[in-house]
Amino acid sequence: MERVATRDVDTGAEPRPIVIKRQSIWTRLTHWVWVICLFFLLLTGLQIFNAHPSLYIGQQSGFEFSNSVFSISAQYKPDGSIGGYTTIFGNTFETTGVFGYSGPEGQERVRAFPAWLTIPSYQDLATGRVVHFFFGWLLVATMFVWFLASFINGHLRRDIIPSGADIRSLPRDVAAHARLRFHHTRHYNVLQKLSYGIVLLILFPLIVLTGLTMSPGMDVAWPWLVDLFGGRQTARTIHFIVMVLLVGFFIIHIVMVLLAGPINTMRSMITGRYRIDPEPEAEQ
Amino acid sequence: MSRIVLNRRKFLTASAAGVAGLALAGCDQFDAVLRPGHPVRDTMAAANELTYTAQRALLGREALAREFAESEIRQGMRPNGSVDPDSPEYLFLARNNFFHYRLRVDGLVETPREYSLAELRNMPARTQITRHDCVEGWSCIAKWTGVPLASVLDEVRPHSNARYCVFHCFDYYGGSATGAPYYESIDMIDARHPQTILAYGMNDATLPIANGAPLRVRVERQLGYKMAKYIRRIELVESFAQIHRGKGGYWEDRGYDWYAGI
Repeated sequence: MERVATRDVDTGAEPRPIVIKRQSIWTRLTHWVWVICLFFLLLTGLQIFNAHPSLYIGQQSGFEFSNSVFSISAQYKPDGSIGGYTTIFGNTFETTGVFGYSGPEGQERVRAFPAWLTIPSYQDLATGRVVHFFFGWLLVATMFVWFLASFINGHLRRDIIPSGADIRSLPRDVAAHARLRFHHTRHYNVLQKLSYGIVLLILFPLIVLTGLTMSPGMDVAWPWLVDLFGGRQTARTIHFIVMVLLVGFFIIHIVMVLLAGPINTMRSMITGRYRIDPEPEAEQ
Repeated sequence: MSRIVLNRRKFLTASAAGVAGLALAGCDQFDAVLRPGHPVRDTMAAANELTYTAQRALLGREALAREFAESEIRQGMRPNGSVDPDSPEYLFLARNNFFHYRLRVDGLVETPREYSLAELRNMPARTQITRHDCVEGWSCIAKWTGVPLASVLDEVRPHSNARYCVFHCFDYYGGSATGAPYYESIDMIDARHPQTILAYGMNDATLPIANGAPLRVRVERQLGYKMAKYIRRIELVESFAQIHRGKGGYWEDRGYDWYAGI
């Protein structure tokens, strides 16, 4: 605080905001390609899931034995109307109107995820797969570009892999976030590093590999895949869980962007330019 | 105090924006460009060619799909698609326990011929316990017994320009009154694969009607819809442009990818 005050006296002006070049073209480009990919992958994935809305553990789906961990279904209620139901580990919840049975008044349909959450809106497994695999390829290609660029330009080492100092500052950073106090510094804080690291280095590879495990062709090419994930149906379940985690990340990510100053953060992801606090050291 | 109020307002704004973002996902605005025949959809469908090329490069011609232990057969094979063909021809054959059944193999071959079930059963057989992966997402493990398609191809001797095996079937998906005849096709790499068999037995019994009696094909490195049931004729062709709607299979004609290794 002292240094800031001194400078104000010297210049007689407000501390000038410092704008730095924060995001490289590779970071920005891959970020927005991923936004598009994940949007279509999510909504076509839900379309594909609707073709058989149950998840199992192991190699096969239990039709004559029980290994289901999650399912969405529709059943008649005692009064003769249809209800939507979601079952998680044997616990069933009524979810009429959203999961299992949904649609505009008078035009309700038996479908796991509602029409507004799937691409296409109507039930069409073939089209869901066409779009899903197109963006699956694009996602993987973008991952390779990002990894290569981030390895070469130092983004990976500097901004993603947390350092020892980062880990030591974790409690302080958590406390700052809990009080919704955001420091605009040159580099990512440890929670940013950890969350981006988990998404980019763990969840992305995991969702691609579990997706490939559902491919009968890839199971022949890379048999270790199906062993790694404990069977095709377990892989399908993990694929679904990782999807839920990515949706969770997305929601927190958007909230953080808005809380940390949407103009500044959006500008950094579009033009790369980011305004940092004048004296980041002063806060420490 | 004012700082806390401001943050709470910011937080509520952020939450509302997040919810609005989710609601925007309503996706019927993409329906039009994704209908079969639209250039946008056709462009995206090219990803299937990429998958085919990549898997063919990774797999090797002979690489086998995993085979399982007897103990993994924990349930009956789930029937799917047509389960009870109703065409008069099929009903006649089924009534007589398929005694009059003949598999016709023709097209681009040197010696077209017909096989009775007894002849097929007398050829060297292969038995395999494999996982059937349905395009819908479910899987089921069963034991299949049949004659390798390669053995049949060796006897009829395909011409060098024969690129695909087309399986013509007895069933009309949706019933013979309103449905369309089921058919499928695979390339010569899959046709000659050791695990590609014309199955007449399942789980140590005669192949049931619900699962494709008297004869179905197993193509273990692809999804279930490639594995045509109720096969009446195998035609070797250079292209399937002239067959039905020209996409190489009943489901392919209805928008599904021809290569079903994923």
